[in-house]
Amino acid sequence: MPVERFRLRRTGGDGFLEVMTVDGGAVDCDEPPPVLAAPFLPTALAGLVRLATGVRPVPEGLLPRERPVVFFANHGSHLDAPLIWAALPADWRAVTRPVAARDYWEEGAVRRFVSRRLLRAVLIERRKISARNNPLAPLREALGRGESLILFPEGTRSPDGTVGAFRSGLHHLVRDRPEVPLVPVFLDNLSRILPKGELLPVPFIANLFVGAAIRMRPDEPKDAFLERARAAVVALGTAPQS
Amino acid sequence: MLQNDTLFLAGGTYALLIATSVVTWLLRRLKDPDRRDPVINNLSARVQAWWAMVIIFTVALAVGKPGTVILFALTSFLALREFVTLTPTRPGDHRALFLAFFVVLPLQYFLIYVEWYGLFSVFIPVYAFALLSIRAAAAGDTTEYLARTGKLQWGLMVCVYFVSHVPALLTLEIPGFDGHNANLLFFLVAVVQLSDVLQYVWGKLCGRRPIVPALSPNKTLEGFAGGALSAALVGAALWWATPFAPWQAALLAALVTLFGFFGGLVMSAIKRDRGIKDYGSTLAGHGGILDRIDSLCFAAPLFFHLVRFYFT
Repeated sequence: MPVERFRLRRTGGDGFLEVMTVDGGAVDCDEPPPVLAAPFLPTALAGLVRLATGVRPVPEGLLPRERPVVFFANHGSHLDAPLIWAALPADWRAVTRPVAARDYWEEGAVRRFVSRRLLRAVLIERRKISARNNPLAPLREALGRGESLILFPEGTRSPDGTVGAFRSGLHHLVRDRPEVPLVPVFLDNLSRILPKGELLPVPFIANLFVGAAIRMRPDEPKDAFLERARAAVVALGTAPQS
Repeated sequence: MLQNDTLFLAGGTYALLIATSVVTWLLRRLKDPDRRDPVINNLSARVQAWWAMVIIFTVALAVGKPGTVILFALTSFLALREFVTLTPTRPGDHRALFLAFFVVLPLQYFLIYVEWYGLFSVFIPVYAFALLSIRAAAAGDTTEYLARTGKLQWGLMVCVYFVSHVPALLTLEIPGFDGHNANLLFFLVAVVQLSDVLQYVWGKLCGRRPIVPALSPNKTLEGFAGGALSAALVGAALWWATPFAPWQAALLAALVTLFGFFGGLVMSAIKRDRGIKDYGSTLAGHGGILDRIDSLCFAAPLFFHLVRFYFT
């Protein structure tokens, strides 16, 4: 997006630069948030999330050598993004940012603190989407800075643990950057821990499976690519696990 | 503070563990320097997990009643978590499950902490049963209602109610045994855990006839008989730390082994029903918490009631 379309409105106290398009729609230009005054907090949160879900850290060897990458997973719970983030090795956590819906994660001080300061989420617009208010712009910027992303291509939480059709966002995001490794992740049982519409969690044991990275093929049609990506996630859930 | 005889028991346990570690280390040095033998790898993982369990257990006992109650509350929490994870649930169960984990479980252990025997002995079978059935019915989902509420109640009985009888041993008032109740916990846990090992060893040495072949082909009549007899000897050898005479200690140890054996059998039946081998992978080499404590679950209430009936 051409820079001249934006003007700065204000710098939020939380370190986010908020930017207005000339016609008034808010777009996050998303300066990386500053280092927390208490840097152990994200580590503590990651440990807590792993403890609460029983998920083990992902070994470094399972992850691609080159960065940035895009992790993409099935979606069943608000815990999905924090859990993938928490299961990553610490040096990955520092440069991996969940992609989350602005309308949900900006509501209230607690959600704002968690999404911005702890998870350093990239918040995107779900509602007032237009060509100018492109929700993918902040994601491209983050990738451009070398930050990895955690993405849920279904776009919404599945009510029953099934993996729904992938929306085209994943395709649009990597269309210009086919070299970016796309790492499939399957999350099991999280929709039982904190299902859609519930406030209080039940401590089921969750599982997180990381698969081999896929890449977009040259001239691959959009639908074929999305179906292949979805199949990579589904396969992790149905494969017999040791 | 722990009494001298309790410290002696703890010292004996650590001595046994050190001996086991040395033997494991020697086996590895002599037979399997490349860490390939699955039996030795499993033994070594088990010994490590035992160290962790024994250290946690002795620290909790040293802290006294609060430490012990909290330790077993956490054990129940982890066990119930393994249980419900492997049980199919529906969205309508969510709030009943929340109540089970965060209201029923803490309350049961609170009742033990305040030593309210009259209520803790009926709380889960009567009141939690009613409450959770009502909560699940109020959610309005009747699909498999009876099976779902039945499974949750099952989980609470085994993982919470039964297990809570271990710390409840601290609340018994035995004449002339004041301040030594921690020994009863040691006695129960040591006999149950050692009899598991002894049954395994006897089964390996001379096991021929499986008791329930369809369930556990490795649990043999010979293994059980040898295990029960040697566990009775272990129990008798510990009589000095208990309020029991040697023959009583031996008899109690044998009964504890019998019920522990049945506990393992019942929990295996559930695993077969669900088509799994272990309840989890929390403890390396042991499977899940529930795999480790299945025999303790069933032995604890029996031991508690026998001691309460005959010795208080």
